[in-house]
Amino acid sequence: MAEAATLTLPTRRDEAWRYADMDGVARLGVAALDQWQAIDVPAGDSVTRCLIVGSGQPELRRFRVTLGEGARAAFFVTNAGQDYTRVEVEVRLARGAHFEFGGVTIGGGDATREFVTKVVHGEPEATSNQTVRAVHWNTGTGNFLGEIKVARHAQKTDAAQDFKALLLETGASANAVPQLEIFADDVKCAHGATVGELDEAARFYMMARGLDPATAQRLLVQAFLGDAFVALDDADEHARLLDAALSALEGARL
Amino acid sequence: MLEITNLHATVGGPDNPTPILKGLTLHVPAGEIHAIMGPNGAGKSTLANVLGGKPGYDVTEGSVTFNGQDLLALEPHERAAAGLFLGFQYPVEIPGVSNVQFLREALNAQRKARGEAPLSGGEFLKLAKDKAALLQMDMDMLKRQVNVGFSGGEKKRAEMVQMGILDPAFAVLDETDSGLDIDALRIVGAGINAIMRAPDKAVLLITHYQRLLDVVKPDKVSVLAGGRIVETGGPELALRLEAEGYDAVMADG
Ligand SMILES: Nc1ncnc2c1ncn2[C@@H]1O[C@H](COP(=O)(O)OP(=O)(O)O)[C@@H](O)[C@H]1O
Ligand SMILES: [Mg+2]
Repeated sequence: MAEAATLTLPTRRDEAWRYADMDGVARLGVAALDQWQAIDVPAGDSVTRCLIVGSGQPELRRFRVTLGEGARAAFFVTNAGQDYTRVEVEVRLARGAHFEFGGVTIGGGDATREFVTKVVHGEPEATSNQTVRAVHWNTGTGNFLGEIKVARHAQKTDAAQDFKALLLETGASANAVPQLEIFADDVKCAHGATVGELDEAARFYMMARGLDPATAQRLLVQAFLGDAFVALDDADEHARLLDAALSALEGARL
Repeated sequence: MLEITNLHATVGGPDNPTPILKGLTLHVPAGEIHAIMGPNGAGKSTLANVLGGKPGYDVTEGSVTFNGQDLLALEPHERAAAGLFLGFQYPVEIPGVSNVQFLREALNAQRKARGEAPLSGGEFLKLAKDKAALLQMDMDMLKRQVNVGFSGGEKKRAEMVQMGILDPAFAVLDETDSGLDIDALRIVGAGINAIMRAPDKAVLLITHYQRLLDVVKPDKVSVLAGGRIVETGGPELALRLEAEGYDAVMADG
């Protein structure tokens, strides 16, 4: 109880809350910030989580994942909230473990949707791969704040991060904040971030073949999102996450 | 079938309009293959894009009717459903979308707009196989992403496979022969004949080369220069252009 009383709301000065919707944070309240879900994956085991997050209310999901030697955790998330919606995953990897993250933020209105990850490579030979795709319109925002820490003796770490945003209107925005802290020397850390618009030439080509504007846009967005769920083998879950993303697209500006 | 009358069109948008088509008139009846030739920059691709309804091309005067319907009032996808096919000079790559998915959705969208039942996956694949075989294209190519990693010639051949699958009433083919070697040219020419030579169909065939016309054998040939049709004749006009060049033929009047 004493600890809860000292909890305060974060501010924009906190790196991990830099692009958060502070009004949404306030509406979430202090209590919501204290809700962490712990996932411990024993050595050699594997866990996959597929989530569809988002509603008309602010939402926050926080996960703390601990991976044993050679363990694997995969998170696939469609973040399609119509209000401030934030998904956070903190991961600690033991030797040879793997963390896979595939996330989609999608939506219009004026809501902010974000993924915040902290991946701690504390032991050698662990790998992580994070792919986030953002599709926004109106004045919607998509953020990916990805922190990667590689300890001094965590040699042969391979940590990749890739963010791409597709903005359907000029008022929409996307922010990528990669934060790499690497103390080992024999590591691979690839990261990239791009922001673009819908390919108008492709859209006209599709319409010239008979697709109406909404269908052409849906196919192009579907293709764009594909990378986020490419590592998800379960066909039903794959379809469920993709459908949730594409149904959020209905009502988007053409 | 297609009646283009006194067509004027600009590019560059309302703030900075550049007139490209300047009073173009051309009638193409059903059953006719009509070749359009003309120097670079004459406005041939502009004509194709205006007919297809590409954004950025503004019609400022004139009319285009297609089977009695005002073509210019239709959206690009409505033009396709009405039976118009635009073969692109530069076919567009669409990463992440397979030819099969793209063409099946396109065909079924057209069928839906015409009040026809959609083709099942199996029916569509059979049709796609037939048309790929007609153009001697490996079916594996159709499973790949639209035009991604295709050579220039493969893209043009893929355009003709698309045309075969969609089976339009009227095709505007913009330099479909460019980028093709001699063998591919023969295959594509034969494909155009097989798909489009019919009493109820017609083709506007934009080309620079007699080689394609040797195979497709147009009924009429027109010269487009300076945004207008300046001369129309039979197949012999193309031969004269090939022998003497645009300048000489146009100087003769
Ligand atoms: N989008 C555009 N913006 C500005 N100028 C254009 C555009 N498209 C075509 N043009 C110009 O219009 C003229 C006709 O082009 P085009 O129709 O492509 O000729 P063709 O196909 O006969 O070679 C050229 O001078 C070209 O530079
Ligand atoms: Mg051209």
